[in-house]
Amino acid sequence: MPAILPDGDPAPAHGRLPSSAVQQVKDAEASGSARTFSLYVHVPFCTVRCGYCDFNTYTAEDLGPGASRTSYAGTVTGELDFAAEALSGSGVPDRTLHTVFFGGGTPTLLPASDLVSILGRARELWGFEPGAEITTEANPDSVTRESLQELAEGGFTRVSFGMQSAVPHVLATLERTHRPENVPAAVGWAREAGLEVSLDLIYGTPGESLADWRTSVEAAVALEPDHVSAYSLIVEEGTKFGAQVSRGVVPDVDPDDQADKYLLTEELLGAAGFRWYEVSNWARDLEGAGVHQARHNLAYWRDQDWWGAGPGAHSHVAGVRWWNAKHPAAYAQRLATGVSPAVGRETPDADARLLEQVMLGVRLAEGLDASVLDQAPDGGQSARQQIAALIGEGLLDGRAALAGRLVPTLQGRLLDDAIVRRLLGF
Amino acid sequence: MSPMARNAPVPSATDPAVIRNFCIIAHIDHGKSTLADRMLQSTGVVQPRDMKAQYLDRMDIERERGITIKSQAVRMPWEVDGTAYALNMIDTPGHVDFTYEVSRSLAACEGAILLVDAAQGIEAQTLANLYLAMENDLAIIPVLNKIDLPAADPDRYAKEIAGLIGCEPEEVLRVSGKTGVGVEELLDKVVATIPAPQGDASAPARAMIFDSVYDTYRGVVTYVRVVDGKLHPREKIVMMSTGATHELLEIGVSAPEPVPSQGLSVGEVGYLITGVKDVRQSKVGDTVTNFAKPASENIGGYEDPKPMVFSGLYPIDGSDYPVLRDALDKLKLNDAALIYEPETSVALGFGFRVGFLGLLHLEIVRERLEREFNLDLISTAPNVVYEVTTEDRSVVTVTNPSEFPEGKIHEIREPMASATVIVPAEFIGAVMELCQSKRGQMRGMDYLSEERVEIRYWIPLAEIVFDFFDQLKSRTKGYASLDWKADGEQASDLVKVDILLQGEAVDAFSAITHRDSAYSYGVMMTGKLKELIPRQQFEVPIQAAIGSRVIARENIRAIRKDVLAKCYGGDISRKRKLLEKQKEGKKRMKMVGRVEVPQEAFIAALSSDGAGGEKSGAKK
Repeated sequence: MPAILPDGDPAPAHGRLPSSAVQQVKDAEASGSARTFSLYVHVPFCTVRCGYCDFNTYTAEDLGPGASRTSYAGTVTGELDFAAEALSGSGVPDRTLHTVFFGGGTPTLLPASDLVSILGRARELWGFEPGAEITTEANPDSVTRESLQELAEGGFTRVSFGMQSAVPHVLATLERTHRPENVPAAVGWAREAGLEVSLDLIYGTPGESLADWRTSVEAAVALEPDHVSAYSLIVEEGTKFGAQVSRGVVPDVDPDDQADKYLLTEELLGAAGFRWYEVSNWARDLEGAGVHQARHNLAYWRDQDWWGAGPGAHSHVAGVRWWNAKHPAAYAQRLATGVSPAVGRETPDADARLLEQVMLGVRLAEGLDASVLDQAPDGGQSARQQIAALIGEGLLDGRAALAGRLVPTLQGRLLDDAIVRRLLGF
Repeated sequence: MSPMARNAPVPSATDPAVIRNFCIIAHIDHGKSTLADRMLQSTGVVQPRDMKAQYLDRMDIERERGITIKSQAVRMPWEVDGTAYALNMIDTPGHVDFTYEVSRSLAACEGAILLVDAAQGIEAQTLANLYLAMENDLAIIPVLNKIDLPAADPDRYAKEIAGLIGCEPEEVLRVSGKTGVGVEELLDKVVATIPAPQGDASAPARAMIFDSVYDTYRGVVTYVRVVDGKLHPREKIVMMSTGATHELLEIGVSAPEPVPSQGLSVGEVGYLITGVKDVRQSKVGDTVTNFAKPASENIGGYEDPKPMVFSGLYPIDGSDYPVLRDALDKLKLNDAALIYEPETSVALGFGFRVGFLGLLHLEIVRERLEREFNLDLISTAPNVVYEVTTEDRSVVTVTNPSEFPEGKIHEIREPMASATVIVPAEFIGAVMELCQSKRGQMRGMDYLSEERVEIRYWIPLAEIVFDFFDQLKSRTKGYASLDWKADGEQASDLVKVDILLQGEAVDAFSAITHRDSAYSYGVMMTGKLKELIPRQQFEVPIQAAIGSRVIARENIRAIRKDVLAKCYGGDISRKRKLLEKQKEGKKRMKMVGRVEVPQEAFIAALSSDGAGGEKSGAKK
């Protein structure tokens, strides 16, 4: 979760949804294309704050009543109860959970038993779809064979390791605490426990050479994960990196270098049997059947519904977005007094919803349904001209476009934001 | 100690023998307005409770900048040895751009207070105005101000002033406008030293206009000094330069609020209201006479204001063009020197080519447009007026680089200026080096005192209009002061440098420079634009060219990555807002061919990085 929260309207204390959103959920269900419902649980603790990180996370063990590492599971479970109450109180039809994702921070800084007990409450409240994907993020040095075993037995199906790099000097620049050799061990234990494995990588760190990046991708491939995410480093304002870059101590990221590394990523992962399905995500998928894709993240990109629990977490149900108090103590205090932890809410208008759909859709290999653009004020006329131009420039896949899907080419993936702007005429 | 006058002389019936007309010559910041305020208080015309700092500077900008743009006149009673006098203080603009207005104010006076900061000494512009005053045979009262300052060195500067005007250092008065010390003695000295005005009371009326101000409620208020005869309310008057006639709706004196009177007699200073709405109908320097009994000769010295510097003014939001047009029309009512005509720029859209007296005038007009009319403006680099003779001997007057004729040129003449720089002696070398590099020719040098030197150069006005003042200040640690006045023209080896984006010339960046500076202008501008224009989906060459010859080139490489790596649950709102912001930003993009140029790039490329009292707003 990004630490900077968008502006919005105040959120109601009871947490209930506007009836228009509820109606949309009902209509979707009635039309046979039900909106899926997922759960995100934010765990705002880390042992060290990495220099690049702008997520809502804290290194102190105790951030106040209800916001210590030991009391956190109880607090966030309280939000799950609140969520179930608010949803049913709003008249949203009961839905079982499509996916669950524990993110952070470092969720595995909590004892496995805490994560399992939070998950257990979610199961009691909503139940899981058959074969539901249940993921936790983990640092390679914050898990043991036993803890992973316990998570698997408690219902988790997948673990996403923050590997970031296999090169020691890059890990040091990123201020990661783990050593490269922690990763194979952690992946091995996860495999033993029967968990699917995803590895997160970061490219474009200052001082990282193209050869360093090749080393990292090859090391990841050698571990035979099911899934790889590769993100270009973004220097965010308000982070230690951001401050160092603006002071000139650390060079800013070089977008050309990042483009080279992205192309290398595609080359190496493609050769190893991974297929991209989102700009920064690849799944081991020899048949192209979509296996091992992160279904939780797909739910975000396909504009489905989810409840985000925990400090600073964002939620979305049928076009209504809201977000929780950022500081764990403020968050806990709201829950303790029976007030919704949400501090802001927005209902993007038709223009904004169209923008969301386009910007999410053209990030995906399945692409954007071109007919979505008919909602534009001019009925999609200028978008159609742009589509032709973008195909001509090699940014959109012409064959997919003929079938009504707007799918970026490899070059188009690197210029995805430009595609969004041009499709929407700005 | 003189008391306030108990029986103030009545306007229209005042014996010229008890009138004293004077002005204050001072540099910006030397405390003229503060001293004037103190005089208003001492003479009792403004009560302490009504006093606001710098009472006479009416415009906000004047008050904020601490400078006087438009002059006014105030009538103050003062009694010496039982005789009540009427003192008319004519407040003069202190800046070089307004030299003509200063000369008319001086012509309305018999004496001048030379006001010098006791911590800084005399400055170039003050010296220029002092020369003007002495040429007009004005009685000069030398005064050191700010003697209360810890840094004041009155002995040193009294010597300097004494050397300049030929008096004894002891004759230099010492005052503090801030504390009031010495102000009453100064008023006594005005009565004692400055001659009474002389004129023929029975001759046909003649009055000189020394200022003309537009007032929203009253129309144009014209300030005059009566030379001969008398002006009465409700009579018909004639402007001698145009022959235009008006009825005198009101006549009176400023005290300092307007007080209607039964007229104005010989030697008196006051205001006229005729109901006209445009200051162009009441021109500074013109002579007012009576319609029924007109004078045969005007007072002399009238000149039409001549713009020296031109710049394009464009609204950042193109839809503000009508607002800009109306705003200029309104400002024109109060600014006879302001001229403009519509112009179109490929890069900047619709705007106006505006002529100014100088750079301060430009700055003030621009600031007033932005502040009083809520406009966001871009101004192009200021330029002077060139006379270009083509090979077929036709002559083109160029006020905008885009008017520069194509093809072979026979000769280009550029306006020149006489520049005077006053500087501590240790900076002589630095000033000479700068002036030489700006194509100046030395005309002389004089020591004002052991430490301070006056250096005179004949220099192209175009060089002064660019970053000369900023550079002068920075090379002399801020000590130098500059005065200049237009002085002839010369033929020069000038060229027009165009800046091209993807082969397309961007008119706003074209410049006329000396051939020797063309390359450095080209390198500077292409380099600047490379930094300012974001990368596009295609490569964008930026070239500087003289005609078809490219003299400098930069390349903006095509953008290769334009995508946010992460877009998860909480990122969606944020990323959407980022894109919405880009959508807003797009409105501020200007298209040059296929190249998107942010408005900010134009602004940054056209503005100088330099700061200082006299901003050049020009290229670096």
